[in-house]
Amino acid sequence: MAVGVLALQGSFNEHIAALRKIGVTGVEVRKPSQLEAVEALIIPGGESTTMAKLAHYHNLFPALREFVSLGKPVWGTCAGLIFLANKATGQKLGGQELIGGLDCTVHRNFFGSQIQSFETELAAPKLAEQEGGSDRCRGVFIRAPAILKAGPGVEVLADYTIPSDKLRSVASDTEAEEAIAYSQGKVIVAVRQGNILGTAFHPELTSDTRW
Amino acid sequence: MADSGVVTVYGNGAALTEPPKKTTAFSVKVGLAQMLRGGVIMDVVDAAQARIAEEAGACAVMALERVPADIRAQGGVARMTDPALIKEIKQAVTIPVMAKARIGHFVEAQILEAIGVDYVDESEVLTPADEHHHINKHNFRVPFVCGCRDLGEALRRIREGAAMIRTKGEAGTGNIVEAVRHVRSVMGDIRLLRNMDDDEVFSFAKKIAAPYDLVMQTKQLGRLPVVQFAAGGVATPADAALMMQLGCDGVFVGSGIFKSGDPARRARAIVQAVTHYSDPEILADISAGLGEAMVGINLSDSNVERFAARSE
Repeated sequence: MAVGVLALQGSFNEHIAALRKIGVTGVEVRKPSQLEAVEALIIPGGESTTMAKLAHYHNLFPALREFVSLGKPVWGTCAGLIFLANKATGQKLGGQELIGGLDCTVHRNFFGSQIQSFETELAAPKLAEQEGGSDRCRGVFIRAPAILKAGPGVEVLADYTIPSDKLRSVASDTEAEEAIAYSQGKVIVAVRQGNILGTAFHPELTSDTRW
Repeated sequence: MADSGVVTVYGNGAALTEPPKKTTAFSVKVGLAQMLRGGVIMDVVDAAQARIAEEAGACAVMALERVPADIRAQGGVARMTDPALIKEIKQAVTIPVMAKARIGHFVEAQILEAIGVDYVDESEVLTPADEHHHINKHNFRVPFVCGCRDLGEALRRIREGAAMIRTKGEAGTGNIVEAVRHVRSVMGDIRLLRNMDDDEVFSFAKKIAAPYDLVMQTKQLGRLPVVQFAAGGVATPADAALMMQLGCDGVFVGSGIFKSGDPARRARAIVQAVTHYSDPEILADISAGLGEAMVGINLSDSNVERFAARSE
């Protein structure tokens, strides 16, 4: 089975290396025609604004949307998660194009700027059920997004309680504040809906290959 | 008694033993830099230029008061950018914002960290503040990028805590020759190292004046342990693709964009060139009709100051 990795910008090399570790061929995808040759797709972390621009220049959006709507497996990390969401907030002026498919609202750069990036332990019981191993995993969050709202068809795989000292630095627009208040300081950081998997953090940077 | 006194004593409890600073794990810093892979970082001097860069698809912007070409032309001491300008640029865009600090000027770096820039570039383009010492970058939560001319210099910077390396090149000249020299030197040394017997690495580490553990790590990885960008003299999409084909992970473009005839188009073309660096047909397409490139400087002119030689 060949797994495509969208190689416009970002951590695609790390994803391909992680795929090699579990014995799967990773293929770099840069053009719409290359999408036809792969059975699954990973959209890596990086700058979602940049990736959207590049995808737009090369007319990748229609092909990506079709790929997702056919129900082929897709996994987005960080920027990739933003891409897959039906709605994203905290965007640049004028907004950016999304692929959509995942029924949730994602806040771009939810956790603030670079120096607020962090590494933490996450509880992910559903991951352990299916893949075995520990029910904790390391999450590396880098200028990370967070999922504010998830639709009824979306299964939550992991969430993260924002420590009180971090509340100051997270996004502060009204939509974000409402969501935080509603969930008592928790945000969702990993979800699945059918064949779409989305994580706000970067498992490809750790040695955890279960995701 | 000692608690209420104004005179601080040395030893336990004295002002000299500051509480340990909260630092970000080096692995997280290196991870952050990895997200910039395959991207272009552009020098901008105001919010309007930052917006152009973001629209073109830059993965980060470098906030400056003067681009290197102007620093060269105007001379004088080049310092850190005004924090007000950096904040204004941060407000204008959603992509990461970098700023330069002078070599060895750790207070400038502290200020940049305090206003929340995403990366600090300890740069030889600004006038150095310390001729012998670089900033101890382990003391900061913000990740640093540093310039290098060869493998030894790159590994010395990484040991000091740099999470990202770029070639020095010769900034503000629009001349790619020095950047090519520096990438070739780093890549050549890594190739040499990979074929080396383990017993020979000790002496090699001594020769290039780099820490042995990092030299060994580089040998095992077959590349630098952090991302490596090209910088200094990139002016055209072809220059950018050249640096990528030589093995860089991404490109900094300084004066090359906003000193050219049509910045928005050139910026977009360079971004695309970095993504499709190995596809000559796309490169031909995007290189066509970009308007005037920046005026280059011939480095064999004797009155050109060499920024790259400002630090070891």
